[in-house]
Amino acid sequence: MKVQDHAQAAAQFIKDEERTDWHDETLWFVRKKRDLAAHGIPEWEQLREWASQIKDHTLSNLSHYLESFEQKAIANGIRVHWAADGEEHNRIVHQIIADHDLKRIVKSKSMLTEECHLNEYLIQKGISVVDTDLGERIVQLRKEAPSHIVLPAIHLKKQDVSDTFHDFLDTEKGNNDPQYLTEAARQHLRDYFIASELAITGVNFAIAETGGFVVCTNEGNADMGAHKADVHIACMGIEKIIPKAEHLGVFLRLLARSATGQPVTTYSSHFHRPREGQEMHLVIVDNGRTRQLGRADFRNSLKCIRCAACFNTCPVYRRSGGHSYHTAVAGPIGSILNPNLDMKANADLPFASTLCGSCSNVCPVKIDIHEQLYKWRQVIVQAGYAPVSKKLGMEGMAAVLSSPALYHFSGKMGRTTLKYAPFLVNNGFNPWYKQRDMPAPPAESFGEWYQKNRS
Amino acid sequence: MNSRDRILQAAAENQPAQRDLPVIDFERLIRYDEPAVVFEQVLTKIGGQLIRVKSLEEVKRRFAGEDQEKFCIDAIDCTEEDRLKMKAWKATDLALLHTLYIRGSFGVAENSAVWVDELAMVNRLLPFICEHLFVVLEEKEIVPTMHHAYQKTDVSRTGFGSFIAGPSKTADIEQSLVIGAHGPRSLTIYLIENDSI
Repeated sequence: MKVQDHAQAAAQFIKDEERTDWHDETLWFVRKKRDLAAHGIPEWEQLREWASQIKDHTLSNLSHYLESFEQKAIANGIRVHWAADGEEHNRIVHQIIADHDLKRIVKSKSMLTEECHLNEYLIQKGISVVDTDLGERIVQLRKEAPSHIVLPAIHLKKQDVSDTFHDFLDTEKGNNDPQYLTEAARQHLRDYFIASELAITGVNFAIAETGGFVVCTNEGNADMGAHKADVHIACMGIEKIIPKAEHLGVFLRLLARSATGQPVTTYSSHFHRPREGQEMHLVIVDNGRTRQLGRADFRNSLKCIRCAACFNTCPVYRRSGGHSYHTAVAGPIGSILNPNLDMKANADLPFASTLCGSCSNVCPVKIDIHEQLYKWRQVIVQAGYAPVSKKLGMEGMAAVLSSPALYHFSGKMGRTTLKYAPFLVNNGFNPWYKQRDMPAPPAESFGEWYQKNRS
Repeated sequence: MNSRDRILQAAAENQPAQRDLPVIDFERLIRYDEPAVVFEQVLTKIGGQLIRVKSLEEVKRRFAGEDQEKFCIDAIDCTEEDRLKMKAWKATDLALLHTLYIRGSFGVAENSAVWVDELAMVNRLLPFICEHLFVVLEEKEIVPTMHHAYQKTDVSRTGFGSFIAGPSKTADIEQSLVIGAHGPRSLTIYLIENDSI
C-alpha cells in the first residue's frame, strides 16, 4: 500500500545530501557509459528507428503474433498458460508448484513477477522463493523492493550490503570489499542452485516465428536455475513478442548498450525446447496491456524493452531514488505505465518529471516518454485525481497568466522580494527552496528592458 | 470465454492499423577491416582473453596440460558414449567442475559474443556451472555484427543455445565490476587462425 506520494518520498530521500549526490553521480556515470557505447555504433540512430518500427509493426499485429507464437511454443513442447491479470498469473505459478509439491524455488530477475507481487503471494501460501540476481537477493534479504529495474540495489552503499551480509550470510563485520561480498553471495546462492527443484525466470524477447524465448543476464543466474531445476516457469507480458529471430539482431545490439554501456549482456540465452526430462512452462500475461494497446496516446509505452536508460538519464529519478515511485517499475517509463495499472494510486507519477525530454532522447525504441507524461497529466486532472497542491498552484498560476496587469505586478513583487526580503522565500515554506538557494533577482524584467531599449 | 481467448480478442480489437516491418539494410551497418582484431579488443575489455592457436591439435595438447587433479571436461572431442554420460550428469555431479573445453559455432566482432548451441554444450549446465570456460573458435567464423550472426544459424535448431560474451559478472554492489558472479570466473577463447592447416 502506498503511504507517501512521490514528492513526499523524494523529500525523505534527499535529506541525506551526500547519499543523494552519490546516487545522482553514479547513475549519470552509467548514462555516460551508455553514450560511449552508442557512439561506437555509427548506425545507432538507424538501429533505434528499426527497433521502433519493428515494435510498431508487432503491436499492430499483436493478436496474430501471439497466436502463432503459442502454436510454435506448444509444438516445441512448452506448456503455455494465459493470465488476464496479476492475480491469475500468481495462481497459475502457484498451481504448477503445488501440483509437483516442490519446495526449493529459485527466481532470476523478472519485472513482471514484481509487478504481479508473485513473491508476496507465494509467501502467503507458505512458499518461499530465493531471488538469485545479486542485487535482488540483497534487497530481498533486507525486505525491500528493487529501486531500479536493471540495478536493483543501486540505492544502497557497500557498507549497507556488508551489514546485511554480516547478518544473513555471516560475512566479516565491516568488510566492505565488493569482491569479497560478491564471492560470499556466489557461495550462498550456489547451494540454492544445486538444490533447486523449480526455476522461475523472466523473458526479454519471445520469438513468434520459432516459439522460443530469450533471457539475458550478466550473472548467469537465469541459466544456472533453468538448467538445473526439473521445472522451469518463464513469465512474460504480451508485449515481449517479436516477429522473427533476425529481429534480435536489432534488439540485442540496443539493449545492453542502452542499459549499462556493455556491448551485449554476458548471456543471451535462447530457450526453444525443454531439456530431456524437464518441464517448461510459459505464462503469458495481459494485466492491463491490451487496455494500454487501445489508448492511442499511450500504446507506445508497450514498446519498452526494460533497459532503464530513461531512469539513468532522468534528473528527477537520479535525485529522488526508485522507491519514491512506489511501484515495481520506477523512473520515467514507470510513470507512463503505472497510471494504466491504477490511475488513482499512481496519479502523482506523471508529475514527477521536469518534461526535459532526455528520457525520449535515449530510449532505444523511441518511446515519446515525456510527451506521454504530459498527456497523462491531462487525463489525470480530468479524471479528478490531480494532487491537491498541484491543483491550487495551477489555478493560481492560471489567474496570474490570464491577466497582463496581474502578471506584471507579480513579476515586480517577486523581484522586489528576492532583492530586499529574501528570507520571505528562502525558508521551509517555499518548496522551491528545499535543497536549493534562490537565485539572485535580475534588476529589471525583460519587458522593462525592452521598453527602454526598443528604439 | 477463457483468459487466452479474452486476451487475444482484446488485442485484436485494440491493436492499431497495420504498420510495416522495416527492411534491415546491411549496407548501413558498421564494417570492420579485421573482425578478429576487433573481437579480441572487445573481449579483453569485457574481462575475457584470447589465445591464438594453429590447430585443434594444439587445443587438445593444452587440455592435456590442464591440472588433471581438478575436474576437467573436454566436450569438443568426445565419443557418443562420453556424450551420453555427460548428458546424464546432474548439478550435484558437476558442482566441482573446474575446467570446460567447448566448441563455439561462430563469434561476433562487435561484442565478442560466441554462439554455443546444445549440441556443442552436450549438457546445458556445463558452460554455466564450470569455474573456467574455454571456447574454441575458428577465425573465419567471426562475423561483424549480430545481424550477420542471426543469418549464420537457425537458433531453434537445437532446444537451447546461448550467445556467451566474456565471463559472468556483476556490478550490483556500488557499480563495482566483479568478475565471477554465478557462472564462470574466466573465459578464454582459443582462436584457430585462418592460415592454419
